[in-house]
Amino acid sequence: MSDNSPSSPLVELAGVGKNFGNIIALSDVSFAVRPAEVSCILGDNGAGKSTLIKIVSGLHQHTAGSYRVDGEPVKFTSPRDALDRGIATVYQDLALVPLMPVWRNFFLGSELTRGVWPFRQIRAEEMRDTADAELKAMGIEVPDINQPVNTLSGGQRQVLAIARAIHFGARVLILDEPTAALGVKQAGVVLKYISSAREAGLGVILISHNPHHAYMVGDHFTILKQGTVDLSAPRSELGLDELTHYMAGGAELETLQHELRSMDPPDVGAVHELSESR
Amino acid sequence: MGAVAVFVLFFVISDTFRSADAITTVLYASSTIGIMAVGVSLLMIGGEFDLSAGVGVITSALAAGMFAFQFSTNVWVGVAFALAVSLTIGYINGLLVIKTKLPSFLITLSMFMMLQGLNLAVTRAVTGSVSTQSISNMDGFSSAQSVFATSFTLGPVSVRITVLWWIVFVALATWVLLRSRVGNWIYAAGGNADAARAVGVPVNYTKIGLFMTVGFMAWFVGMHQLFRFNTVQSGEGVGMELLYIAACVIGGCALMGGWGTAVGAAIGAFIFGMAKMGIVYAGWNADLFMFFIGATLLLATLLNLWVRLRTARR
Repeated sequence: MSDNSPSSPLVELAGVGKNFGNIIALSDVSFAVRPAEVSCILGDNGAGKSTLIKIVSGLHQHTAGSYRVDGEPVKFTSPRDALDRGIATVYQDLALVPLMPVWRNFFLGSELTRGVWPFRQIRAEEMRDTADAELKAMGIEVPDINQPVNTLSGGQRQVLAIARAIHFGARVLILDEPTAALGVKQAGVVLKYISSAREAGLGVILISHNPHHAYMVGDHFTILKQGTVDLSAPRSELGLDELTHYMAGGAELETLQHELRSMDPPDVGAVHELSESR
Repeated sequence: MGAVAVFVLFFVISDTFRSADAITTVLYASSTIGIMAVGVSLLMIGGEFDLSAGVGVITSALAAGMFAFQFSTNVWVGVAFALAVSLTIGYINGLLVIKTKLPSFLITLSMFMMLQGLNLAVTRAVTGSVSTQSISNMDGFSSAQSVFATSFTLGPVSVRITVLWWIVFVALATWVLLRSRVGNWIYAAGGNADAARAVGVPVNYTKIGLFMTVGFMAWFVGMHQLFRFNTVQSGEGVGMELLYIAACVIGGCALMGGWGTAVGAAIGAFIFGMAKMGIVYAGWNADLFMFFIGATLLLATLLNLWVRLRTARR
């Protein structure tokens, strides 16, 4: 780990933009996440949340602005690069392989091996034990570490993915809609792990379109709208009502409200008469 | 389980099937399908198809036979040339599938047809006929034959060496699938390629490697045919690709990838071998072979579906 004082960001984006051909997906987006901080990114569908995390996690490259990790400018060419810098992403579709056993999923892409090629083989027993211990430490009881992932509940899968990222040395955890497909209880389990990840000193980037879930764990909130930052505020300057309000349309909603007020309230009867008189 | 049923069926019906000789013949018939099924099953677990596998065998055999004969080289030079050809075909298949992101079904169907045409056209252009010249009296033939197409005696019976190779390849593939990193990657590439990519699995290399493995197996079976029969008919191999896929499916490989074993594919191939020989031994009409295979495939698929529904309900 590098010498991070609490104020120096692990990941910092400044004026980042991304074009796909001549479609502008993101423009002038700035945000940062520090150790032991949960930075939430909220926004409607198509607001650019996914594009943003794909840039941070190395799947896409930004076309404008700067992206710094530990203060160093970076341009990742693959998710592997981001992982090597300790930036791990838990995707909406979970990045788990449903038919594979829990322990194989846990170590997928980072398998432990021994011996020299071509006789190099995986250390299956050790991986089974480690995965089991790690999951138990996170409070997930998996009946059988050999069972396929598709037999786990949504919340368990989500936590498995998070546990995996933390085990492999993540310093920054990007969570893409971790509570979207979950019931209230399952979402609670996941939110608890997010706050325990923060207590462990990780920087968490939480993508969500649920302001209630985000407000429960978030320290900083960034709302994206049509590829630009609509609001960026720390928790101290923002209440849940305000956040919900912004999410629901924010300024746009106010304008609409204003317009509606300045108009005469439509009288249903009058409209009816009007249409009849024609 | 299916294999046992087929075995018992023919065992009861036919006297000849019960002899040790018959069993080695069945094993031999299974092995030529089985060796290919090893490569094809790995590829299917990795989530792709190769329809060019059947004619690819013949392409390889033709390449070796004609190269060695035309340039009057040691046959081993032809064998090496054929290996290069087969691996290149696999590489091109893999590269096209990765680059275009088109279904491998389409890419390899195109490759299948192109190879089928080339097999006929090039053979006629080079040799003036539909088959290659016999290479049986050329340098290195006997040593190559001892590797690819000899027989050895095991107790009272003579066993073809392909049976041995089949077992070796199945064991190797099983080890790779269950005990190596690449095995993890193969299952992941077929089970959820995006997820695999996201955690840093080199999905593209894995898939290209799998296509090349099929190429390697096609080369091996091609060499067997060449050194068994000395000449190769350029029009053969058509239809075999589906037999390989059927063997894998009967053996439990998922059509969509991510599930299956090499041993399963071997059992599938063994069922084919038993059916092929059993029908002959039982004195039935040999034309029924394909009917039998089709019925087995249907049955296996239904059985898989039933098992899956049962486990899903639990």
